[in-house]
Amino acid sequence: MMNDSPQAIISIDEPIVEVRELSLFYGQAQALFDLTFDIPRQQVTALIGPSGCGKSTFIRCINRMNDLIDGLAISGTISLDGRNIFDKSVDVIDLRRRVGMVFQKSNPFPKSIYENVVFGLRIGGINEKPILDETAEKSLRRAALWDEVKDRLHDSAMGLSGGQMQRLCIARAIAVSPEIILMDEPCSALDPKSTAYIEELIRDLNGEYTIIIVTHNMQQASRISDYTAFLYEGELVEYGLTKKVFTVPAKKATEDYITGRFG
Amino acid sequence: MKNKYWQEGEPFVWGTGAALTLVLLLTFSLLFVIFRNGLGVYWPAPLVLFEMEGDDSYLAKVVQEEEHTAGLRYQLKIANRDLYSLDFTWIRADNIQERKRPLDAVLLERRSYGDFHGFLDSLVLPGLEVKEDASSWRRLQAALAALAPHEAKIKEFQEKLSALNHRLTTLDKKIAKLRYQGEENSPALFALQEKKIALRHEFEQHLSRQGALQSTLQQNRALFRDAGGRAMDIPLTAIVRAYQPNQMGFFAKIRLYLSKVWELFSAEPRESNTEGGLFPAIFGTVMLIFVMSIFSFPLGVLSGIYLREYAKEGFLVRLVRIAVNNLAGIPSIVYGIFGLAFFVYGIGGSIDQLFFAEQLPAPTFGTGGILWASLTLGLLTVPVVIVSTEEALGAIPGGLRESSFALGATKFQTLTRILLPMASPGIMTGFILAMARAAGEVAPLMITGVVKLAPSLPLDGNFPFLHLDRKFMHLGFHIYDIGFQSPNVEAAKPMVFVTAMLLLGIVVVMTSSAIILRNKMKKKFSVTH
Repeated sequence: MMNDSPQAIISIDEPIVEVRELSLFYGQAQALFDLTFDIPRQQVTALIGPSGCGKSTFIRCINRMNDLIDGLAISGTISLDGRNIFDKSVDVIDLRRRVGMVFQKSNPFPKSIYENVVFGLRIGGINEKPILDETAEKSLRRAALWDEVKDRLHDSAMGLSGGQMQRLCIARAIAVSPEIILMDEPCSALDPKSTAYIEELIRDLNGEYTIIIVTHNMQQASRISDYTAFLYEGELVEYGLTKKVFTVPAKKATEDYITGRFG
Repeated sequence: MKNKYWQEGEPFVWGTGAALTLVLLLTFSLLFVIFRNGLGVYWPAPLVLFEMEGDDSYLAKVVQEEEHTAGLRYQLKIANRDLYSLDFTWIRADNIQERKRPLDAVLLERRSYGDFHGFLDSLVLPGLEVKEDASSWRRLQAALAALAPHEAKIKEFQEKLSALNHRLTTLDKKIAKLRYQGEENSPALFALQEKKIALRHEFEQHLSRQGALQSTLQQNRALFRDAGGRAMDIPLTAIVRAYQPNQMGFFAKIRLYLSKVWELFSAEPRESNTEGGLFPAIFGTVMLIFVMSIFSFPLGVLSGIYLREYAKEGFLVRLVRIAVNNLAGIPSIVYGIFGLAFFVYGIGGSIDQLFFAEQLPAPTFGTGGILWASLTLGLLTVPVVIVSTEEALGAIPGGLRESSFALGATKFQTLTRILLPMASPGIMTGFILAMARAAGEVAPLMITGVVKLAPSLPLDGNFPFLHLDRKFMHLGFHIYDIGFQSPNVEAAKPMVFVTAMLLLGIVVVMTSSAIILRNKMKKKFSVTH
């Protein structure tokens, strides 16, 4: 598989994230091989590929979530607005405020719905009630949850349904106004109806935030994303406009995967 | 067929069920024995007059009956220790000529020599105004009631005297300190000495006034006779309670019962701890647990947090974890010895050398006290708290940590805002276990500061109010002491069960309040709904 094949990787104008020769090792095992590509600003980029191909590992590099793992080594760079995020001078806390994340398993804190949404603000030192109230409402509205919870903002978030919880997690991420939202298989634990809700939400957020989503679901990737990257065994096989990747893939492996021949 | 029976595990079901039944049975029989023996202690039993062959007669409570080789026999509480020297005796059923329940039989609870069983003859009441025309029994009741305010006054005197005494001792300590510092002729020393003379004068005045009051009160006397007709002259001030159990109705008995229960909770012990209340022991037990918690809980929780959240997982951490787990298994007497050597002699001794050198060789902190006992218990319970803190933190789903970090929270913010609140029910469970263990320990206390009778509480109205150097009483030790160290074992037996009941009660009250608190937290912080 040749990564630098001109048909397989496209170049992007004014990208928000530039990945250059990114390799990642868990101890002796290499999980990512020399990734180089750009992620467009305020678009939805989907990462697809079979389990264990390094999709999640990759997006967890963007907000340096992998910092928490022992024995992890990274080479290469990821630049956010032109600045390498692995640079020593980068404040991780600050980075994570700019790059929000929604996880596979919805995990609201055992607090009220309201406190969940404003958590990011509170830890940032913002405690003024008018600001919190306004942000909570705005974020919940943005996450299409406001109408369902506006009368019980101060009830425990644990009483919500699975889909609602995941939307709450999105609202929580939006509340700190990040530039990028990483989504690690956000729908894989949800029923079809909730999934449809979240997908609609992602489409709705498109154009305002840069969204990078990992998904197992080909249809989902094709429905919601503008760009698609196909990773296989830690390597970037193909990257381009979603329309193109799904209709006329440049690589045989991509075609095999999206048509369900393996994965 | 047989094979199938074994494969389906039917015998296993029976086996597990039987094991549980056995455990429950043992627990219930423990509770049954304690409550059966403990609850009945204060219920006034009838006084029976036994006329025996020969001239003997006893006015007694029947304690137990038993089939002996020589036939049925009864154990009687005959009281009147000052007359008979023993207050319990065995009689044989076939020696009994007649049994009666005389209505005018009187039971006196006295301040010394235990109970008195007998009959009231006459009264000498020079100092009290009591109507002459009533029966002797009525007049005795009235006289006792009239005596109460005077006795309250004596008690007031006593409290004043003890406060004065405390001030005198503090003053003495200050003087000794000045002398020790070589300020033999300083004006400060003279001032203190003058103050001491004034205080001593005040003390003696109070003492003589109290003595005068006491001796006038002592002139009020009652003449009793026992079952055999021997006369007994008893000052009214020696009587705590007087009642005629054979005449009492149900509600009168309940009133008496409740007043004795109240005495148990509020009063100090009498009669080398076999009678009276247990207030100092209850207070000591509860305070010990509180002081222990103040040391043990923060220390345990903080260590647990470090071990789980900050320490890098590896050989050393595993070793520490194993050590902590094993620490919980060390016999408590070993902790006691450590407490004695390290806290009492080591730290206490050094404190004495540094701050109370003038008192030496009399120790201030260099002897057992509630502080050292609490620290020893704290050390004993800290592993329980560490383990439960670690487990509670470990049980929190990793996703919650990640989400918190992903929102830009620092480790500290994640800990204080998410993890600790969520772990709090689990940590509370550790507290409960630690508290229950601490309340039940006696062995380490015996060498670090518990006593059978403490002259004053570790918390009182004398500055600085909290006296952590003082020795204290404890219910667990009390059980051991009165049950097995008392000169009058028979008389102490009921108290053993009452004390055991109380100790159980305190543990249940403390742990159940902690459990209620924990359940509230659980509701608030649970992840599964």
